[in-house]
Amino acid sequence: MNNAEIISVKNLTKKFPMGLGEFTALNGINLTFFKGEFAGVVGPSGSGKTTLLNIIGLLDNPSDGDATVLGNSSKDLSVRQAALIRRKHMGFIFQTYNLLPVYTVFENAEFPLLLLKMSTGERKKAVLDALEWVGLSDKVRSKPAQLSGGECQRVAIARAMVKRPEIVLADEPTANLDADNSHHILQTMEKLNKELKTTFIFATHDDKVISHLKRKITLIDGKVSRDENIKQ
Amino acid sequence: MIKFLIKGLLRDKHRSRLPLIVVAIGVMLTVLMTTWITGVLGDSINLNAKLATGHVKVITRAYRESMDQIPIDLSLTGTQALISELKKDYPTASWVERIQFGGLLDVPDENGETKSQGPFAGFGIDLFDPDSGEAERLNLSNILVKGKLPSVAGEILVSHSFAEKLGINMNDKVTFIGSTMYGGMTIVNFTVAGTIRYGIAALDRGSVIMDISDARKALDMEDACNEILGFTAVDYYDDTKATELMTSFNNENSSGNDQFAPVMIRLRDQNDLGGLIDMMSGVVGIVSFIFILVLSVVLWNAGLVGGLRRYGEVGLRLAMGEEKGHIYGSMIAESVAVGLTGSVIGVAIGLLLSYLMQQKGLDFSSAMQNATMLLPGIFRTRITPEAWYIGFIPGIIATVLGTMLSGIGIYKRQTARLFKELQLQ
Repeated sequence: MNNAEIISVKNLTKKFPMGLGEFTALNGINLTFFKGEFAGVVGPSGSGKTTLLNIIGLLDNPSDGDATVLGNSSKDLSVRQAALIRRKHMGFIFQTYNLLPVYTVFENAEFPLLLLKMSTGERKKAVLDALEWVGLSDKVRSKPAQLSGGECQRVAIARAMVKRPEIVLADEPTANLDADNSHHILQTMEKLNKELKTTFIFATHDDKVISHLKRKITLIDGKVSRDENIKQ
Repeated sequence: MIKFLIKGLLRDKHRSRLPLIVVAIGVMLTVLMTTWITGVLGDSINLNAKLATGHVKVITRAYRESMDQIPIDLSLTGTQALISELKKDYPTASWVERIQFGGLLDVPDENGETKSQGPFAGFGIDLFDPDSGEAERLNLSNILVKGKLPSVAGEILVSHSFAEKLGINMNDKVTFIGSTMYGGMTIVNFTVAGTIRYGIAALDRGSVIMDISDARKALDMEDACNEILGFTAVDYYDDTKATELMTSFNNENSSGNDQFAPVMIRLRDQNDLGGLIDMMSGVVGIVSFIFILVLSVVLWNAGLVGGLRRYGEVGLRLAMGEEKGHIYGSMIAESVAVGLTGSVIGVAIGLLLSYLMQQKGLDFSSAMQNATMLLPGIFRTRITPEAWYIGFIPGIIATVLGTMLSGIGIYKRQTARLFKELQLQ
């Protein structure tokens, strides 16, 4: 594996049962992602973006072909091993933030570190750093209900970034945000991508996100129709 | 992680307060039901033991066949020797002679003509020997309404409502009309020393208590009685001990065909009390089972509702790499904490209410005016050692069972759908 190569998918096919037949969500995809990329999978609804993100995120297995993530082939991974890789090396950002409402901003960001069994001191430093990255140091004790949508998504970014993962997968992260908040969120992610060399992979059809991407992979009907590097 | 989960549990009232209230109420009811049933059945059994059956009873074989009719002509004879033998062979138990009989009480007017009369159930008990403990056993001092307890021969106690019905006053002379042990007619005058109220409708309707020596004279039963009651050392009926006692006695007295030979029977063999005893011993299991079942269903539903509310949280935890078993385990640990806390609260409240009802009791005597069974008029709970832990069985089992059932969804959840599911929150 190339040192910079972090994810590679080869002849990836994913089929879902539909009625008496099958629906092909991904059809023979070949892609490689490198460390530090700020890439996006774009395309219309039903083109297979989320399915691809699921497989890259080791949440799902391919029907055919293979996905190698951080040197681990999805074919060889058990459910437990896949969970361990997600726990240690991946962060997730969702469209609807999915913050835990009864916990504070600090505690929401702290949660992934608890799964890693880090010490209290290490956790505290990592969480405060993550909240500083996203500009929420003054909201440490706030609850999600007291935050705006943009602030909630920034907490979600802090939660995804707090363990300094190699890969962050973001599915439509700005879909619920207005233009200003979307821009701010994307700037934050770009900054983290530059400073920490974290690989960001988006699934989106939002032009606001697309305008920030450095690599745009267009999926249509489960196939890669274009894969282009974009000069900023 | 544990601290984190506890924080969430305490802050999320839907996860903690509602199940806690359900568990506490269920456990409280379990404790209350157990102490109530144990108390009422236990009191009924004790009452029967003290008034009529003893823990064991010695009678003649012939008397046993028609015991319901109290046939004094089939009574035991040579009872002084028999009771001495019982005291020698079974020294831990106390033995008392009783004569139960029936008759007519005639109340004369100032001219000696019958003013009123009525049938009664008579009890000849050892009132004058303080060592017999009979006055205390029947609680006579406390149930005395008017007058005093008999202190000399010829004095009797009459049930208060019976005395009122017949127009009897204290120190009135009344006449007992009945038949002797040998079938002859007997007419004896007594002085009414006092009136009593048992709080038991069956006895309050018409009963008379006199010293056993007076009963013997009136019924021509010298050195005889129809029943010898035995009470084991403990205050409550112990079926195992009673059975041991009965088996031992009957093995020694089983030879021959003498219909007047003594035979021992247990409390459970009399007055249909066997069913009551079986019910009492099974009640703890039955109450626990019912409450486990009901609470499990309620908590299962609460768990399902909670599971739906926490669907996003569980999905997020799975996406973040937490294992399904770990999430399931943490939910069960939460349920144990809720079950344990709810059980402690429920047991505390249940025991407090049981204690109050043990002290005060609930007076049902007016509702049992026409009862024919010997039932206490005031129902009380009884706190037994079981009451301290019985509530924890449904409290914890039901909570964990409810969570286990509702948490099965975690294992059925496909991680492949998490992105989609979490977008739909």
